[in-house]
Amino acid sequence: MTSKNKNWEYSPSLESTGHIKLKKKYDLFINGKWVKSASKKYFKTINPNDEKLLAEISHANQKDVDLAVNSARKAYDTVWSKMPANERGKYIYRIARIMQERAKELAVIESLDSGKPIREARDIDIPLACNHFFYYAGWADKLDYAFPNRKTKPLGVAGQIIPWNFPLLMAAWKIAPALAAGNTVVLKPAETTSLTALKLAEIIEESGLPAGVVNIITGHGDTGASIVNHPDINKIAFTGSTGVGKIIQKAIAGTDKKATLELGGKSANIIFDDAPLDQAIEGIVNGIFFNQGHVCCAGSRLFVQENIADKVIRKLKHRMKSLVVGNPLDKNTDVGAINSKEQLQIINKYIKLGKKEGAEIYQSECSIPKKGFFCPPTIFTNVAQSSIIVQEEIFGPVLTIQTFRTVDEVIQKANNTPFGLAAGVWTDKGSRIFNLTTKLKAGVVWANTYNKFDPASPFGGYKESGFGREGGMHGLSAYLKLS
Amino acid sequence: MKRVEILKTYKIYSGGNFPRTESGRYYLALDKKGNPIANMCMGSRKDVRNAVVSARKALGAWSGKTAFNRSQILYRIAEVLEGRKSQFIEELILQGSQKNIAIKEVEDSIDRIVYYAGWCDKFCQIGSSVNPVSSSHFNFSTYEPVGVVGLIAPQDSSLLGLVSLLMPIIAGGNTCVVLANESLPLCSITFSEVLHASDVPGGAVNIITGHISELIKPLSTHMDVNALAFSGLSELKKEIDLFSVENLKRVRSYDLNWQNTDTQGLHYITDFQEVKTTWHPIENIGGATSTY
Repeated sequence: MTSKNKNWEYSPSLESTGHIKLKKKYDLFINGKWVKSASKKYFKTINPNDEKLLAEISHANQKDVDLAVNSARKAYDTVWSKMPANERGKYIYRIARIMQERAKELAVIESLDSGKPIREARDIDIPLACNHFFYYAGWADKLDYAFPNRKTKPLGVAGQIIPWNFPLLMAAWKIAPALAAGNTVVLKPAETTSLTALKLAEIIEESGLPAGVVNIITGHGDTGASIVNHPDINKIAFTGSTGVGKIIQKAIAGTDKKATLELGGKSANIIFDDAPLDQAIEGIVNGIFFNQGHVCCAGSRLFVQENIADKVIRKLKHRMKSLVVGNPLDKNTDVGAINSKEQLQIINKYIKLGKKEGAEIYQSECSIPKKGFFCPPTIFTNVAQSSIIVQEEIFGPVLTIQTFRTVDEVIQKANNTPFGLAAGVWTDKGSRIFNLTTKLKAGVVWANTYNKFDPASPFGGYKESGFGREGGMHGLSAYLKLS
Repeated sequence: MKRVEILKTYKIYSGGNFPRTESGRYYLALDKKGNPIANMCMGSRKDVRNAVVSARKALGAWSGKTAFNRSQILYRIAEVLEGRKSQFIEELILQGSQKNIAIKEVEDSIDRIVYYAGWCDKFCQIGSSVNPVSSSHFNFSTYEPVGVVGLIAPQDSSLLGLVSLLMPIIAGGNTCVVLANESLPLCSITFSEVLHASDVPGGAVNIITGHISELIKPLSTHMDVNALAFSGLSELKKEIDLFSVENLKRVRSYDLNWQNTDTQGLHYITDFQEVKTTWHPIENIGGATSTY
């Protein structure tokens, strides 16, 4: 609350960290064992809230990648591809269950390492990650039902590279369907958020999953490149920026490696004048400020019908005033820390650029911690379709607001982007919803809601937001050879 | 005296018209013995670009038709082809096929078109899903056409190869720019006349003849082409993959003998579809005790 009246401020309500177990140094999880990196190098992972050291993480090099891929191959050839599918499923169920048992620890570590509010880690990231394993476990012995008239076969070894915005959830999105389909895995988490993936490795160890079926190795971009270029990898699954996605596609050109790419976005969130406005305001806030806007499908381009624009912007500003920005571990926090210094610099560069382009800026007047990486919720009005802040993905709590008059106009504007990940539509009229949801070129369309995810619901983009789907029945095909 | 025959002029098919290549160039189609049988348009980069513009323009009209209507139009293609069977058989023979093989290729092509005509209004029901999410939302996934597809027609078969990939692409509501079989080009252009007579909207299918090696680049680097399909051409795969990166084209390569009966199926359609998932909240009030 920005109210000067002290009586109306929330008292801090910090989640405790006493029960979590973190090692000082983490090695690589290869072939069911913790092994030291051949590089002998470690890098630091810090808490973006106070920049304090959380742990040291191994920087895997080419030799480590070779070892991980070889052990995944061996596990595939000797164990995993031979195991009856229902038994395979039971291991995945086990992983889901142990994750549920250790959910609180995972949530706290996720919040510490990534900067996301504990409320989101606790209520969204971790439960969804557990559920993803639980959901796909049941598919393991039912694959043939998903693809009528075709035979299914696993691809082999999957190399998986995931981003820092939903660390454990992305690991789950990648590993669960890969295992259910009968593949073995080499996964690399993002360098700023390796901890929950390493905790997942502990859980996998605890589950008794045969050695080498899942290998988790940490490192930087060069580690990821070694995975992508490894000749014995059959499948690349990547979530991250469109720029890196294109580098990967170039790297695997002409090979038989299968790929799914889950890339950037600049999703339109569209408000019509008959929309339930208070709900729509919540949807706008959730669309762009959820997880500090570090969401590939963030509703970062708001389109408001012209006749209600003033009212919507007024209400939105009012709502932004009550957003609590601060310590991610505080249960009152709505907007946590920006994941890294580098990302904060990128966001600030775009904010500066927006002002330079002549857009009108409004930032909530909340107090911001002195230490750590923080960015107040920010909106830009008076932007043009051609403004850079309207065209490029910012990956932060920065919203651009445009207006429109007609349905046709807003469809044209919303689709006028190389991206096509998601979109939102807010209106009370059913027929209009289906017109919009059909014509918006995006893989996920939320009508009168935003940023909802579920293991049963396929997710993935059109156009330069990547290809392939994750989640649901459709997510299986990414890990299967069909004949 | 013997009547003087009217010879056929082969032109390209673009935007629903039959223009000559804008480049004015031609190449010779040869029979098996190396004798010239026709002057074909040697299509250019500009022809490819014009065709892509036409295909994009036609996407609304073609994908906006009801699936049932598309089904009828595909069936109509088969009807018209059946009526002009003898012309295709003659062309195949002219290009070097034996008569019985030529007859079989045309008949198989007709049957394959009928096969995909039947899929138009059915594939969506099979691949779509209502997803049981753990919150109070109605959530469903369904197919949508990927958009404009570039098709490098199979180079080992004049008609059946083209039909085998073009039909699943357009059955799913996509529009298409085809680079015709370079050495056996006659049937592709005559087939465009069949399409033209079958209520396929102008621009929905565009067919360009010319040198594949020259036309691959403008087609596969084009930023308004959403997907690419080709068959064989393994020596060009890497190049095509690299050309396709800039706008993340969906590249589908096949290595199949299209004469085989198992080279048709649902997945040739869904290879050119995007999955769209839609969410909407469900109000959850009352009625709890009125289940009977």
